[in-house]
Amino acid sequence: MISRALPLYVTIAIFLVAYAICYAQFPAMLSTRVIGNLLTDNAYLGIVAVGMTIVILSGGIDLSVGSVIAFSGVFIAVLLRDTGLHPIVVFALLLAVTTTFGALMGGFIHLLGMPPFIVTLAGMFLARGAAYMLTIDSVPIRHAFYDAIQSSYYLMPGKGRLTLIGVLMLLSVAAGMLLAHRTRFGASVFALGGGEATARLMGVEVGRTTVLIYAFSGFMAGLSGIVFSIYTGSGYPLATVGTELTAIAAVVIGGTLLTGGSGYVFGTLVGVLTMGLVQTYIVFDGSLSSWWTKIVIGILLLVFIVLQKLLLRLTQARLAPLGAAA
Amino acid sequence: MLLSVQSLTKTFPGTRALDGVDFELAAGEVHALLGENGAGKSTLIKCLTGAYRRDAGEIRLEGARISPRSTSEAQELGIGTVYQEVNLLPNLTVAQNLAFGREPRRFGLVDGRAMRAMARETLMGYGLDIDVGRDLGCYSVAIQQIIAIARAVALSGKVLILDEPTASLDAREVEMLFDVVRGLRDRGLGIVFVSHFLDQVFALSDRVTVLRNGQKVVTEATRDLDRVRLIEHMLGRVLEDEVVAQAAGHGAGAPIRPELLRAEGLGRRGMIEPFDLRVGVGEVIGLAGLLGSGRTESAELLFGVRAAQTGTARDADGEIDLSSPRTAIAAGFGFAPEDRKTDGIVGDLSVRENIALALQARRGWTRPMSRAEQVRLAKDYIARLDIRTSDAEKPVGQLSGGNQQKVILARWLAMNPRFLILDEPTRGIDVGAHAEILHLIRELTSGGMSILIVSSELDELIAVSDRVIVVRDRRHVAELTGAEISTETIVRAIAEEDAA
Amino acid sequence: MMPQALRRVLPQILTLAAVVMLVTLVFPTFLSISVSDGRLVGPVIDILKRGAPIGLLAIGMTLVIASRGIDLSVGTVMAICGAVAATAIVNGWGLGPALLLALAAGLAAGLWNGFLVAVIGIQPIVATLILMTAGRGIAQLITEGRILTFSHPGLAFLGSGSLFGIPVPALLWLAAAIAVTLLMRRTALGLLIEAIGVNRRASALAGVNARVLLIAVYMASGLCAAVAGLIATADIRGADANNAGLWLELDAILAVVIGGNSLMGGRFSIAASVLGALIIQTIDTGILLAGFPSEYNLVLKAALVIIILILQSPRLAADWQLWRRSRSGLSGSHAAATPKPKESLR
Repeated sequence: MISRALPLYVTIAIFLVAYAICYAQFPAMLSTRVIGNLLTDNAYLGIVAVGMTIVILSGGIDLSVGSVIAFSGVFIAVLLRDTGLHPIVVFALLLAVTTTFGALMGGFIHLLGMPPFIVTLAGMFLARGAAYMLTIDSVPIRHAFYDAIQSSYYLMPGKGRLTLIGVLMLLSVAAGMLLAHRTRFGASVFALGGGEATARLMGVEVGRTTVLIYAFSGFMAGLSGIVFSIYTGSGYPLATVGTELTAIAAVVIGGTLLTGGSGYVFGTLVGVLTMGLVQTYIVFDGSLSSWWTKIVIGILLLVFIVLQKLLLRLTQARLAPLGAAA
Repeated sequence: MLLSVQSLTKTFPGTRALDGVDFELAAGEVHALLGENGAGKSTLIKCLTGAYRRDAGEIRLEGARISPRSTSEAQELGIGTVYQEVNLLPNLTVAQNLAFGREPRRFGLVDGRAMRAMARETLMGYGLDIDVGRDLGCYSVAIQQIIAIARAVALSGKVLILDEPTASLDAREVEMLFDVVRGLRDRGLGIVFVSHFLDQVFALSDRVTVLRNGQKVVTEATRDLDRVRLIEHMLGRVLEDEVVAQAAGHGAGAPIRPELLRAEGLGRRGMIEPFDLRVGVGEVIGLAGLLGSGRTESAELLFGVRAAQTGTARDADGEIDLSSPRTAIAAGFGFAPEDRKTDGIVGDLSVRENIALALQARRGWTRPMSRAEQVRLAKDYIARLDIRTSDAEKPVGQLSGGNQQKVILARWLAMNPRFLILDEPTRGIDVGAHAEILHLIRELTSGGMSILIVSSELDELIAVSDRVIVVRDRRHVAELTGAEISTETIVRAIAEEDAA
Repeated sequence: MMPQALRRVLPQILTLAAVVMLVTLVFPTFLSISVSDGRLVGPVIDILKRGAPIGLLAIGMTLVIASRGIDLSVGTVMAICGAVAATAIVNGWGLGPALLLALAAGLAAGLWNGFLVAVIGIQPIVATLILMTAGRGIAQLITEGRILTFSHPGLAFLGSGSLFGIPVPALLWLAAAIAVTLLMRRTALGLLIEAIGVNRRASALAGVNARVLLIAVYMASGLCAAVAGLIATADIRGADANNAGLWLELDAILAVVIGGNSLMGGRFSIAASVLGALIIQTIDTGILLAGFPSEYNLVLKAALVIIILILQSPRLAADWQLWRRSRSGLSGSHAAATPKPKESLR
């Protein structure tokens, strides 16, 4: 128990210590306004990272999500501009498209027996190309429904704004937690991450599970695209380049093993917030440059990967004593 | 009969893994299945559990013909299996592993509390009171084995196959596992117990079946068998008398040989107790022992595959560094490993490149062997060892087992080593190639090379060895020279119990 | 010998020819080359020049992939090395030190990756992800976030100069390709790298120094990235830490895969990878020239990847064998086909 949850505890501890340091330097950082912004600014990242967590838990990887988010924004913007469809209908269409797209990638991975990394790389090109083909410009979204969503928030005590998309992110995390830790599908995901051969022996339908995993990631990427379009109020095919890597980094910093089979969806939320905190700190400081974000995230990645490696060696070397046995 | 197998046959390209094997299992019986590597034990089990389709013969469970096509189908029919490498998921909790695929649910979500309660209750039935909410990987292999058994019994409940379940357990854990198995037997399950530890077979089983080279040698009640006879059945005569006679070089008076090297106190915890070894120039030393006795481990320490924790090796010039294969090779050692596929051949590379590999590695990358040189080397050894390949450019992975073995031998002979270690050099090789390799060993030693050969075939060891060292329970227990070497003396040394 | 080497790259040559033909159909003057100011000019020359960074990265990537690894950090390493060179030039340290420092930075990056992979034992994709993420920050740290421009003619020559009428970048990557091919095939390095890529354990037991070789392979990749970074920086006379080499690692991997090199390691051909890079660059340029919007580019690349994946798929290959054998009704030879173990790259 200790060994599996240790990265999660470390993540939470790092987040709390970092927050304490921030607070010591800038007391204003402990306010509902900062917390509200943290949630809003990172909503799209948090949502897509939930999907990524499931993929990584299964021992896979999905490089297409950044492009899918950009595609989603463009898809929504163009459809709202050129048709009279209501945004809700557009959202439903979009989610159907991205979910099918993910499922197709999962099918390819299983049927071809090729590494997910290279299949989703093709998906990345394809989604970005599709976005370009819809438009190469930034298309603003003007719709009363969007204005309504953008201006709806809950005013927390201390004048912090808990926005709709912030709440949606928290809900996504909660849904991801239930899916990963409380369903049979989730157990199959962990089983695949633990080893495909063993999972098959224990009765996991590998093909079906793989398709569902990538379909879920596609769905979350679509949802993230919706949130991103609400956040920016436009669709732009060059947006969110590299988001897949940020999401992977958030998952790893959240304590999930990159080789799969071990981790917590909740940790991913903490990972996303930690990365957001680094950015907020740099903004507050004013003198630090933005590139420190990347360096700090790189260092965090290194720390967690080495920590995981160490834990793996420790658990292999030392097993729990037999004492409890009768 | 709970389970009965008749004239089961299974053929793979080049080998007949099972040849008309009969096997019976009664309810409430522990039936031990014995045999060395390649005897056909695992093929038989894989046919029973649906991992392989049989070529001929039939399997009946409670009288009805069955042909399981997958392990899960076998499981549903009532045949559950527990493997040496625990086939559960160490990254899930004990409860999740036990309930996997049939988790109790409430409102569509897995009910963790009910699942844990179920798991606790199940394990109580096995006398195991542990925290089922912890990861399976936190527990010792023994507990994992019991959990695997509990899962298999819960899913299947008629036949339980235990495939080398005790290989990595200590004595106390083995006893714990045996209590569990006896409990299941008394509940009326039929249990197939595969093991190479004879003590355990005698302690646990009601009947024993021995397989060798894909055929059934004998089935007998355990109490009617004695240890020496059993070992004879397992390691029995496999060579043509003629080959043995031709290859046998040792007589009553073994020559006094100058010493090539001497190892003192080489050992590594968990692998092999510290041992001494003298090697004479041009001498063939045989390492005899059952599977898992420490014979392969001894060979691996001598070649630096795993570094020894204690002891040293030295020759006339001083200490020899055996900390890695590279240093061992620099000292003039060579090693043909037991598992050719994973440790020996580089499958996608050609026969020529595989033969040249070690030589090239020693010369260093800056001094490449020209293509012509490599071709000459390969041609030379293809002819000398009679390697059957359409040409030297064929990927070595496409050759048959015997020819792959010869390629690895060629790789080392090209280095002209002074000390060559051969781990099961004739495993999975047809009789013709078998005899050729034994002849080759003789030929090499007459040229002054020293050879250490590990083998589970006694006749082979007796035929080529000047000296035989017997390994048992991870310890070198006996050394036989010259006229002392015989099937009888070796078997007795292997069979002797610690107390004796 | 020669026909065999030719047969290896034949699919790539045919593909390249087909792409060139298609582009020529739409843009008839594609193959025209003229001389102006003593330099060759024309679309083909332009492709040779612009293809330099991908070509160089593909050379290093081929070696890494042959060792059953992958290097995601090369694009970032380009940015770092460009930033190092530009900083050195701007600070007036001279051309020599600038080039040496940039190359040293590339080697250091490779050493870091190699250390994580070979010594610590982290899977390559994860190990190189760290530098990919942090490296761009490091590059920005060096340039202090600005696009560091310079007007040093010596360094600019690397990007936009010509020798014998041919653009210097084209010469550089052709020279690198030939040099590395010779280094691999005239020494034993090629064989040893292929051996550890196919079966690292068996190779180590045969005395191959797998650890040192792995580190060397990542250092070679770093060095190639450094040269690519120098060219990219010299070309625009400025170090752009944000955009230099962005996503080029993916193009480089794609070039290697188009070159028919297996992602599972083993046999490799640098010539084929370089042809793969040329194919990618020809598609890029061709789409622009043909007047198609550049957005088709990515979709085409995706289609290419998918086709290659299907052709390379171990599972489909096994099914195909089975199907053929069942059709011919013979069990065929006794030599067991050994399908590669399906092993994830991650």
